[in-house]
Amino acid sequence: MTPVNQPKDPRAKAALIARESYGRLVAILASRTSDIAAAEDVLADAFTKAMEKWPKEGIPQNPEGWLITVATNRMKDIAKSGHSRTYGGSLEDVYMPLSDGSGLNNLSPDEIPDERLRLMFTCAHPALTSSIHTPLMMQTVLGFEVADIASAYLMPSATLAQRLVRAKRKIKDAGIPFTLPEQADMTPRLTAVLEAVYGAYALNWDQQDLDRTKDMASEATYLASVIADLLPEEPEALGLAALLAFSLARRDARQDQTNGFIPLEMQDTSKWDRMLIRRGNVLLERAVNLGSPARFQLEALIQSLHMSRANTGQTDWLQIVQVYDALIQIAPTTGAAIARAAAVAKAHGFEAGLRALDTVHQLASKADLNHLQPYWATKAHLMRQKGDTPEARKGYEKAISLTTDTSVRIWLEKEMETAAAKD
Amino acid sequence: MRYTLFLYSDETAFADATPEDMDQALRVFGDYINQLKEAGVFVDTDWLQPSATATTITKVGGERKIQDGPYADTKEQLGGTFVIDVPDLDAAMAWAEKCPSVHYGHVEVRASAMPKGGNPYAG
Repeated sequence: MTPVNQPKDPRAKAALIARESYGRLVAILASRTSDIAAAEDVLADAFTKAMEKWPKEGIPQNPEGWLITVATNRMKDIAKSGHSRTYGGSLEDVYMPLSDGSGLNNLSPDEIPDERLRLMFTCAHPALTSSIHTPLMMQTVLGFEVADIASAYLMPSATLAQRLVRAKRKIKDAGIPFTLPEQADMTPRLTAVLEAVYGAYALNWDQQDLDRTKDMASEATYLASVIADLLPEEPEALGLAALLAFSLARRDARQDQTNGFIPLEMQDTSKWDRMLIRRGNVLLERAVNLGSPARFQLEALIQSLHMSRANTGQTDWLQIVQVYDALIQIAPTTGAAIARAAAVAKAHGFEAGLRALDTVHQLASKADLNHLQPYWATKAHLMRQKGDTPEARKGYEKAISLTTDTSVRIWLEKEMETAAAKD
Repeated sequence: MRYTLFLYSDETAFADATPEDMDQALRVFGDYINQLKEAGVFVDTDWLQPSATATTITKVGGERKIQDGPYADTKEQLGGTFVIDVPDLDAAMAWAEKCPSVHYGHVEVRASAMPKGGNPYAG
């Protein structure tokens, strides 16, 4: 490996590794003991040691291997010193990477096995409550601080920290294995992993600290492409990576100067990231060629059709409706049905749109409908096109009352004003 | 319509919270308050002393009884309240769902029984 643009400063180098390789290192250290907490502890020690030694002795040729070696030795020390609450019986396995005598120190980084996928399958194991999958992955695979993850959920960090500790203890004590699922089990297990990554992406965009959530979104997108690289034959893994690439491509086009939300079809395409769009299309094409369409691929396909407006200047609503039809066949959700109704209105006019919106009643009870903000926002838009200002106003008011996201509320309030002004 | 959110949680879980934990808890509640204010639904909030400091007064039976403690001895205690002004229960529930304490306790939503314009008997 020829180092290109590598920082010369040892501290900067350690920080870069912490960012890029944290999950790989935790995964290797935890994969043999199933003890994620211990792996994180010894890795933190190893980073502290690197900060002391590298400035004096220079950056080692293979910094990741150096860190793994130091961390593994530390595990050995803890085990020997007796308070080995953590590694019962599998200690020999801990040394495995070093068993050839030379140690990982001499391996090139490319030869260090990538165990992140196993770590992700462990984090999203069905024996763990699904609400902890995403936070656990963000902490162990992406290296986010608990406080940052907790803030994104509007949750005190002490609460989240307790839950993470509990989940890691369960992984160790209940013996949740660090293995890839059998082929028969792959689809449901992979779905849980992909949902968790998607969850990290979809986290509270309405935070005070937008930079931090933007950072989480791009890290989640990165994670999705790691999975796609490691499982290149899994169409949904490719589909999610494509979907997140498209979505991330639009992040600078989503808000106006007043922080108001801008819906996809109104966005300035010159603010879309062309590189990410290209990457999304490559991933999607690979997924589609595998010939087994499913939810993430279809959602990515809808996004892809929207994004082609950047080249053609037009949106093919007819085709978008067709893909929504296929999506609802596979995964009938209220969200998809509402989005389909909006697309139907674009393709065939507001009356057809309103009829399509009525199909949402088949998927949700009246009480549930009263909590569905997108339903009321869509209904308001269509009523406005119909010229029914009172109904439009009612819809907007209901949608606004259900909106806790600031930028969406700013947008809806503007829409309601415009609707009233035309009356 | 005015609604009050009652935030019930297990106080013992906070016993070993560090100052950093408290700081971060103040921050997420601060974020929540800011969002309520931005939405124009915020009326009032309070953070309550632990239930052990509560005093319950009753006059059931005619005689005034003062009890040193909370009214009910369950695992979860009232730890705070938010008063919000939203159109209906659906909207109140949307905000209750977003309250930080919903993650570690229960939030009870109750509509105000106060007549419009406040208590006519209040000074």
